[in-house]
Amino acid sequence: MSATLLRMERVACLRGGRRLFEGLDLCLREGGALLVSGPNGAGKSSLLRIAAGLLAAAAGRVERPGAAALADESLALDPRQTLARALGFWARLDQGDAAQAMASMGLAALADVPVRMLSTGQRKRAALARVAASGAPLWLLDEPANGLDSEGLERLADAMAAHRAGGGAILAASHPPLPLPGAERLALG
Amino acid sequence: MTALVLRELRLAAAAGSALLPLVFFLLVAALFPFAVGPDAPLLARTGGGALWMAALLAALLPVDRLVEPDRAAGVLDQLAVRGISEEIVAAAKLAGHWLSFGPPLMLAAVPAAALMKLPADILLRLELGLLAGTPGLAALTLIVAALTAGLRGTGALAGLLLLPLAVPLLIFGAGMTGEAGGPGAAKLLAAASLLLVALAPFAAGAAIRAARD
Repeated sequence: MSATLLRMERVACLRGGRRLFEGLDLCLREGGALLVSGPNGAGKSSLLRIAAGLLAAAAGRVERPGAAALADESLALDPRQTLARALGFWARLDQGDAAQAMASMGLAALADVPVRMLSTGQRKRAALARVAASGAPLWLLDEPANGLDSEGLERLADAMAAHRAGGGAILAASHPPLPLPGAERLALG
Repeated sequence: MTALVLRELRLAAAAGSALLPLVFFLLVAALFPFAVGPDAPLLARTGGGALWMAALLAALLPVDRLVEPDRAAGVLDQLAVRGISEEIVAAAKLAGHWLSFGPPLMLAAVPAAALMKLPADILLRLELGLLAGTPGLAALTLIVAALTAGLRGTGALAGLLLLPLAVPLLIFGAGMTGEAGGPGAAKLLAAASLLLVALAPFAAGAAIRAARD
């Protein structure tokens, strides 16, 4: 019996007086993956923020026994620092390996480039490398495929597969289909 | 916590923004004698208060870079996801901000006092006052920075919020440099500063949490 990494029961989300969703149940176990879809404004990002503990659910119960790593639209890397140093700051907090995570996302050659010089796709890769270096069992990915080229998508697929094989779980929100074999699906809105 | 304080110091140094309050402080000290005139006794009598005013305004300068860039870039969110409480983050910011601004200001007060023709005993009291008072100023700046994070055009609003709250620090700090200045003013200055420092992590932490919604 694999352990539960995230469980939500009857969760509701209110944003600015509007009810985005209610009565939402989900359960993610080791090795599991859940792909959230839905139109813009359906509450996909809010669901991820609730799972991350950044937003309180308006009703219901959220259980997350372990750590989580979030990759959303904000990069959270110091634009003036080189990529290796900026990622290293978070990797030190998480006691993870920034160099290995950068290599896994194909960023090794950009280690000495300041974060502000990175392109959109490279920023997305950097955010994914920050998640990969975190060592957290639960990955929360908001539109992880945005801006990635085909090679980046392959690396994302490999990283997600390796994470699940290692007993991790993934909760992802995405419009384009993600390479998550055997993932459960949840449609919002 | 150490990593967070070091990060604050690096940010302050990288932007050159640690230097800005110092230059501002010294400029005010250099300009004040031009405005009042080269009357040494008058300068010595009013100089302490003027330098406190300059220190207060210098403390206000970095208010827009303390919290808002980290909020906008998602750094505060990432720290929260890692289970680091907003109060710890605020305490680290307070420590980092004071280290990058308090001791340099105390050094700059020496040439500034010379420009004001302050006698040695008043300079000593000014330095002791700055030592006790700048943590309070840093705490106030942090609270206001956290409260105004995410709002637009915060410069003037931050000034309006901060300056009235700084009145106790200003009264007791400038009082220490006056002729009647004594241990009473020093104790009250230290008490006001201590209160602000103790309050700041909780007030700023709550403001950061509230800004997230």
